[in-house]
Amino acid sequence: MSGPQMERREFLKFSLAAGGGLLIGFSLPEADMLATAQAQSATVFMPNAFVRIGTDDRVTVIVNHSEMGQGVYTALPMLLAEELDADWNKVGFESAPVDPKYNHPVFGMQITGGSSSVWSAFEQFRKAGAAARAMLIAAAAQQWNANPATLRTDSGAVFDGTNRKLTYGQLAEAAAKMTPPTEVALKDPKTFKLIGKPVKRLDTSEKVNGKAVFGIDVKMPGMLAAVVARPPIFGATMKSFDDSRARSMPGVRKIVAVPSGVAVIADSFWQAKMARESLHIDWDDSAMHTFSTSQMMQQFREQAKSPGTRVRREGDPDTAFSQAAKKIEAVYEFPYLPHAMMEPLNCAVDLRADSCEIWTGTQFQTVDRANAAKIAGLPPEKVQIHTTYLGGGFGRRANPQSDFVVEAVHVAKAVGAPVKVVWTREDDMQGGWYRPAFLHAIAGGIDSSGNAVSWRSRLVGQSIFAGTMFESLMKGKEYDPASVEGVDDLPYAIPNLAVESHKADVKVPVQWWRSVGHSHTGFATECFIDELATLAQKDPYQFRRALLPKHPRHLAVLDLAAQKAGWGKPLSKGRGRGIAVHFAFESYNAQVAEVSVEDGKIRVHRIVSAVDCGHYVNPGIIAAQLEGGAIFGASAALFQELTFENGRLQQTNFHTFPMMRMNECPEIETHIVESNEKSGGIGEPGVPCTAPAIANATFAATGKRIRKLPIRMTEAV
Amino acid sequence: MVSFSVNKRRVNLDVDPSTPLLWALRENLGLTGTKYGCGIAQCGACTVHLNGEAIRSCVAPVSRAAGKEVTTIEGLSSDLSHPLQRAWIAEDVPQCGYCQSGQLMSAALLLREKPQPTDEDIDEAMTGNICRCGTYPRIRKAIHRAAGMMAKGEAR
Ligand code: FES
Ligand code: FES
Repeated sequence: MSGPQMERREFLKFSLAAGGGLLIGFSLPEADMLATAQAQSATVFMPNAFVRIGTDDRVTVIVNHSEMGQGVYTALPMLLAEELDADWNKVGFESAPVDPKYNHPVFGMQITGGSSSVWSAFEQFRKAGAAARAMLIAAAAQQWNANPATLRTDSGAVFDGTNRKLTYGQLAEAAAKMTPPTEVALKDPKTFKLIGKPVKRLDTSEKVNGKAVFGIDVKMPGMLAAVVARPPIFGATMKSFDDSRARSMPGVRKIVAVPSGVAVIADSFWQAKMARESLHIDWDDSAMHTFSTSQMMQQFREQAKSPGTRVRREGDPDTAFSQAAKKIEAVYEFPYLPHAMMEPLNCAVDLRADSCEIWTGTQFQTVDRANAAKIAGLPPEKVQIHTTYLGGGFGRRANPQSDFVVEAVHVAKAVGAPVKVVWTREDDMQGGWYRPAFLHAIAGGIDSSGNAVSWRSRLVGQSIFAGTMFESLMKGKEYDPASVEGVDDLPYAIPNLAVESHKADVKVPVQWWRSVGHSHTGFATECFIDELATLAQKDPYQFRRALLPKHPRHLAVLDLAAQKAGWGKPLSKGRGRGIAVHFAFESYNAQVAEVSVEDGKIRVHRIVSAVDCGHYVNPGIIAAQLEGGAIFGASAALFQELTFENGRLQQTNFHTFPMMRMNECPEIETHIVESNEKSGGIGEPGVPCTAPAIANATFAATGKRIRKLPIRMTEAV
Repeated sequence: MVSFSVNKRRVNLDVDPSTPLLWALRENLGLTGTKYGCGIAQCGACTVHLNGEAIRSCVAPVSRAAGKEVTTIEGLSSDLSHPLQRAWIAEDVPQCGYCQSGQLMSAALLLREKPQPTDEDIDEAMTGNICRCGTYPRIRKAIHRAAGMMAKGEAR
C-alpha cells in the first residue's frame, strides 16, 4: 500500500475514528448467502458506479461504506434517491466491491471511518442520482419527441405536461443508451422530500428475522473452520508446539503454525476450538512478561512532570499560572479499552491459484486488499473483498495491518481449502489494537474575579499512528494528532494556554476506538473546566458560556442541552446534574447527565444530548447514534478497563469486562439543531461528552471529583 | 444421533452430543440467525426457545434438546408478522443488528408470560441481553408497542 493521497487537513480528519455433523432432512442455505449480494434482477441501466435500475423499477444503490450499525445503507441511498426522484419503496442497497472508483473522495481509499460517510457522500451520491435522472428524462424525451425541459420526475417515473407517464423501469433500456451528462444541477435543499426526514432504515427487516449475513455467518461449499492460538502476551513468539493430542481430535483437518500463532483447522468451529484447548505451545514471552498497567501509569505520571512536545501555546501560561489568584492541578487517567463489537472478528477466505475471495465485515477494504494480496502472492486486482454486515466496528475493523484478514489468508494458504477463521470472544478481547491508555496532567488558574487565565494540558500516551502505514503522514510532527485532538482545539477563551504531548513507548497494539483521541480529551477538558468553575464559584454551565464568545455552535448545543434538561431546576435529593460540550468529527455535541450515588454505585437516570451536525440527512438515525453513543460512553465511564499484570491481560469476556445493560440504561433524550452548515459526523461525536457529564453530575451529587476512569467512588477526590 | 425439532421441523443430527446447541444450529443446520457473542451465557446473543423456555444455546449441549422443540429467530414468524418484529421495524430498533435475534427471542418469552410488561418486567427479562450499539431505549419502546398491538388484538 503506497501512501494514500491525503492533504494534511484531511489527514487530521482521518484520525477516524475501522460443521462436522451429518445433516439429515435440512438444506443448507449456502446459495442464499451468496445470492444476497446479487439481487441483480433485470438490470439494464447502470449510469455510474453507484446506481442500477432494472426493468422491474428496482433501484439498487451501491454503497461504498460499510454498514456497522450507523445507518449508511439507508442514509446514502437516501441521498441518491432524493436527486433521482426514486420511489423510495423500490430502493434497495448493495455493498460495493473493492475498486478505486469506490474510494472515499477525501481519504483516497475505500474506508469507513472518521464519522465521514455522510459528509463525504453528500454531493457524490446526490450527483450520481441526478445524473441517472437526467438520462431517464432524456430517454423519455426521445420517446415522446418532447423537449426534456418540459418533463418532470416524481416517485420513480417521468411525466410530461399532460401527465403521460413512463416509469424508470420502462425507460431503463433506452436510458442506458443516453450519453451521461457532464454536469448536473442539484436540487434546492428546500425541495428535499427524503433528506432531512426520519425515513425508516432499509436494513431492519433482515435484522429481525435472522437473515442478515454477517461475516461470521458466511458459508461456502467445502468451507472449513479455523481458530488460531495466539500469544498469551503481546510480543511473545512461539518456540515450539505439541499437537499430538489435538491432531487426533474429531473433525481436525490440520494444525499449522502461522505468523500470528498456531492455526487449528477443522470441519466445524466447535471442533477446532476443542482441539485448540488440547494444544501445548511453548512461548517465548520475555518481551513483555513483566508489563503491568499500574506501573505504566506510574511512569506516565513521572513523564507528565516534565514539559512535553509543544502542540499549542498562547500567551505565557507559566507566568500566568504562577500569578493566578487561585489555581488547581489535576491528573486524569484513562485505561486501555477494547472495541468489543458484539460480533467477534472473523474472516472467510477462498484462495485459488489466481484469485482470492474474501468475505468479512471490514471498514478498510483498500488496505485489506493490498495486505491480503501480499500474503496471497497475487496482484491486488485478483483479490476481491465481499463486505458483509458488520456486527459493530467502532474502529477495530479498520486495522492498518489488516490483522484479521492477513491471518485468514495465511490460514487459507496453509490449508488449501476455503476456510473461515473465527475469533472467540476471549480471542477478540485479548487480541489488542485497543484505545490507548492515557494520562492528562492539567494545571489551570483563575484571577481574582474568577476569570480563567491559564491552562496547561500535558498528555502522555501511545501514538496510534506510530509504526503504521500512517506514520509517514505525520510529516515530521513530533506528536500524534490523534492523541491530542479535542484539546489542541480547546475552544475556551483562556489567554494563556499550553498543550504538550509526551509519547509513551509501550508495545501494546493500539488503534482508533469510537471517537479516538476525543474519547479521553473530551473527558479531561470537560472535567477540568468544571473544576475551574467550582474554583471560581460559578455555575459550570454559565462559566462555560462566558468562555465561548467566539463559538456560537458550541453555545447553541450547550444552551439546547441545558434548557431541555432543565438546568438549574431543583432535583430530588441525592441527585446531581453535570454538563459537557465538545466538538469532534465536524459536529458539536453537548450533554447533561443526571445521576445519584448509592452505596458507592452510580446510577445514571437521564441523559439529554443535543447535536449540531450541520445539514443532516436522517434525524431518526442521528437520534439512534446519539443514544448509542451515550450508552457506549456511559459503559466506558462506569465499568470498563483493561489491565495487565505480568504481561497478561486480566479481562477475558463480558463477566470481567462489563457492558451497560437494559436495567442500567438511563432515559436518553436527543435534540438536533437545525442547520444549513456542511454536514458533520454522527457515529462518534455523541460519545465524548457522556463520561464527563456523568463525572460532573457525580460531583454535583456528592462533592467528589472523578479523575480516573472507569469511575470508582473509592478513588474519587 | 440427536433428534429434536427446530422451528417445527424434525432434525436428526450426527454430532457430538456435547456440542453446544448454538453451534449445531449454526453449523450443522445452517440456522445462522442465532448468534455467538460470548460463549459463557453472559450476552444473550444466542438466545433460543427450548420447549417454550428461553435458554442460552451457547452453554446448552445439543443433547439437552433431544426430543424437544427448539425455536430460533428464523421460527419467530415466516413473514415478519410477529408483533415484536413489527414493533422493532416501527421503532427502527437495530443498529448493527448482531444482538437483535437474541433480544427478540428474550422479548418473545417476556410477552408470552407477561403480555403487558412494566418497565421493571422489561429490565428483568432483558438484562441478560447485551447490545453494544446501545439500542436499549428503543427495545424498551418496541416491547411496549408490541404489547399494545397484542392487546388491541392486532396480532396473535
Ligand atoms: S453467546 Fe450465549 S450468552 Fe453470549
Ligand atoms: S444492534 Fe449492535 S449489538 Fe445490538
